[in-house]
Amino acid sequence: MARALARRAVGPRPSARLRRVLGSRTALVALLALLLLTLWWLAASQGVTGQRLLSLAVRGALLGGILALGAIGLTLIFGVLRIPNFAHGDLMTWGAYLALFGLTLLPAGPPLAPFSFGAELLVLLVLVMPLVGLTGYLLDRLVFRRLRARRAPSVILAMAALGGAFLLRSVIYLGWGADFRNFYTGRPRPAVELFAGIRVRPDQLFILGLALLLIFLVYLLLERTKMGKAMRATADNADLARISGIDTESVIRWTWLIGGGLAGAGGVMFALDTQLRPEMGWWLMLPLFSSVILGTIGHAYGALLGALVIGVVWQMSTAFLNPAYGPGVAFVVLILVLLFRPQGIFGKPGGT
Amino acid sequence: MGEASLAKSLLLALPLWFLVARALPARLPWLARAALGAAAGWAAALAVTLVVPSGLMAYLVSFAIVGSIYAVLALGLNVQWGYTGLFNIGIAAFFALGAFTSALVTTSMPSGAAAAFSQQAFGLGAPFLAGVLAAGAAAGLLALLVGGPTLRLREDYLAIATIGIAELVRLVFQNERWLANGPQPLRGIPQPLACLVRDAGCGWLPAPLAALFDPLAPRDYPYVYLAIATLFVIVVYLVLERAIRSPWGRVLRAVREDEAAAAMVGKNVARVRLQAFVVGAVIMGLGGALYAHYMIAIDYTHFDALYATFLVWVMLMLGGSGNNRGAILGAFALWGVWTGAAFVVDLARPLLAAISSDLPARGPYLRLLLIALLMLFILLYRPKGLIGEERFVSRDSQGQDG
Repeated sequence: MARALARRAVGPRPSARLRRVLGSRTALVALLALLLLTLWWLAASQGVTGQRLLSLAVRGALLGGILALGAIGLTLIFGVLRIPNFAHGDLMTWGAYLALFGLTLLPAGPPLAPFSFGAELLVLLVLVMPLVGLTGYLLDRLVFRRLRARRAPSVILAMAALGGAFLLRSVIYLGWGADFRNFYTGRPRPAVELFAGIRVRPDQLFILGLALLLIFLVYLLLERTKMGKAMRATADNADLARISGIDTESVIRWTWLIGGGLAGAGGVMFALDTQLRPEMGWWLMLPLFSSVILGTIGHAYGALLGALVIGVVWQMSTAFLNPAYGPGVAFVVLILVLLFRPQGIFGKPGGT
Repeated sequence: MGEASLAKSLLLALPLWFLVARALPARLPWLARAALGAAAGWAAALAVTLVVPSGLMAYLVSFAIVGSIYAVLALGLNVQWGYTGLFNIGIAAFFALGAFTSALVTTSMPSGAAAAFSQQAFGLGAPFLAGVLAAGAAAGLLALLVGGPTLRLREDYLAIATIGIAELVRLVFQNERWLANGPQPLRGIPQPLACLVRDAGCGWLPAPLAALFDPLAPRDYPYVYLAIATLFVIVVYLVLERAIRSPWGRVLRAVREDEAAAAMVGKNVARVRLQAFVVGAVIMGLGGALYAHYMIAIDYTHFDALYATFLVWVMLMLGGSGNNRGAILGAFALWGVWTGAAFVVDLARPLLAAISSDLPARGPYLRLLLIALLMLFILLYRPKGLIGEERFVSRDSQGQDG
């Protein structure tokens, strides 16, 4: 007792004070900036030109746009429904393969001017998004809802999500095999100069534009509609939301439709930028979860910010590292965040 | 033939001896149980070797070896998940690190022509047991590194971090040629006790024993390895049973059931969780060593999330989390389902071909579908698994409550 009083008189212990400083938002931002500078310095010391680094950073932002589509859905499902959705990556893969399937049904039109895809892919995108959302909702109806009714802890939900991930992937393997696929084969995809010698493919610009549009729509939905308000309230405090008369069932439905829909779009975009593989979504899980935790669970704009950071760090690391290590670099960011500020950039202190 | 059967049955008798001795009532003195178990186990082993055709026998032996390796992994996971509630979905990381460490420690540096196309960071040419110990130590060290920053946070963060470490370990062994021959397999991992089946024999073995094993031919080596693998399972099982019944084991369960209450009575929750995580990872590393010396050649593709993580999870859940016997039972049962499903898919080939011409080639993925459905089914309808958790782990508490 006396010691506690004495402690109050002189303030917190030096170690606790240091921890509080290191765990502040400013410190995290500084840490990330330091990481970027280190990457820049490492690359520059290996003779990589500034222009190439800049173009890598731009490409990282483009990749970040795709990641954000997955990460926003993941963070909403994590925050609102309390499900660490390990099936999210495979929902993205599912969206990409659904679009691939649609391409075999629809007549292939001519490519749209600078882009490599035709109007049919845009039509498919509009169809695939709700389909993936419905897939997620179906999984919820069949599996998560029963576990929720049993008040299962979040690790059990995570495990069920893992089962769902392998279930989805087995369906993809059965339907399309394990090989690499492309939406379109044999179409040239030349890069054009954007500015200052930075070259990107027109497809990538389209992807970024679409990602920004979808994210803006999510913003409108979360901020301007009653459902968005209900979702944010549920993410904040589920029990309080329920007793204030929020219709939990429709919140669940809309969270899956939005989260799954974004994942579907993200999957199609990622496949358009690279190619389709049954494991592609699984490999994206680590960058996605890193983005979500960096940007605070349940925080949609945090996820966007996190995805941009992860995308840029990932791409810039390829200047001096084997590009295969990209997801591993995301892991380094994750560990840094967990060490210093596990509640993420927008989290409240002690919020984990 | 007859003499080879004798040697084979002796090797097979080890696990059977253990099984029989365990199954006998505990009232009997342990010496009687051991003697009865030895007699009955050996008789059963001899009967099996004489009756079962050798082709089927070879299949069953290799099945049991892989089953034993999975049993070790499931036992490791049981310490983490079953007893302490730690959600590790990066089993592949510890498994792979154990396998590659043991391989590097026991092989010799490639020389001559082999050095041109095979690279490795080091090759100590150490004996098998040194490799096993190094494998356990390396996996434990990795667990310490991962667990340190993540175990004090909310439980799902550990899951994400373990996915990450599994990816990272796989990426390193895939891309770093200098470390363990990169994307190419690391070959020439020595087989322990292989001298038993060679003509020259083991020099250190007393003459009568050496004569006993003399009829074994090199193709009979799996029998030797089965004895080693089952010995591993037995030792890990006995050690864990002992640990779970110790005060330490009770603290693990206390932490799993109610972290706050455990902290209230003065237990250092973070340290206990880290200990359990490391112990489980060490066991997974041992499983990796066991795998490497069975396969002789390993590469990164052996350690993907499906085979090295997902199957182990379903095994533990099928058998019963929080029960070491359940972990072993689940490992063998699910490995049986997995291999058995391959036969069924093979039989269903014409049917699959009738649906689509692509399907027969993709038939093996039906097994993945089946296992994923099985996992969801267990979660929803039978969370306890086949046997479920033992209610009383300490003899003293029996009959007092509940």
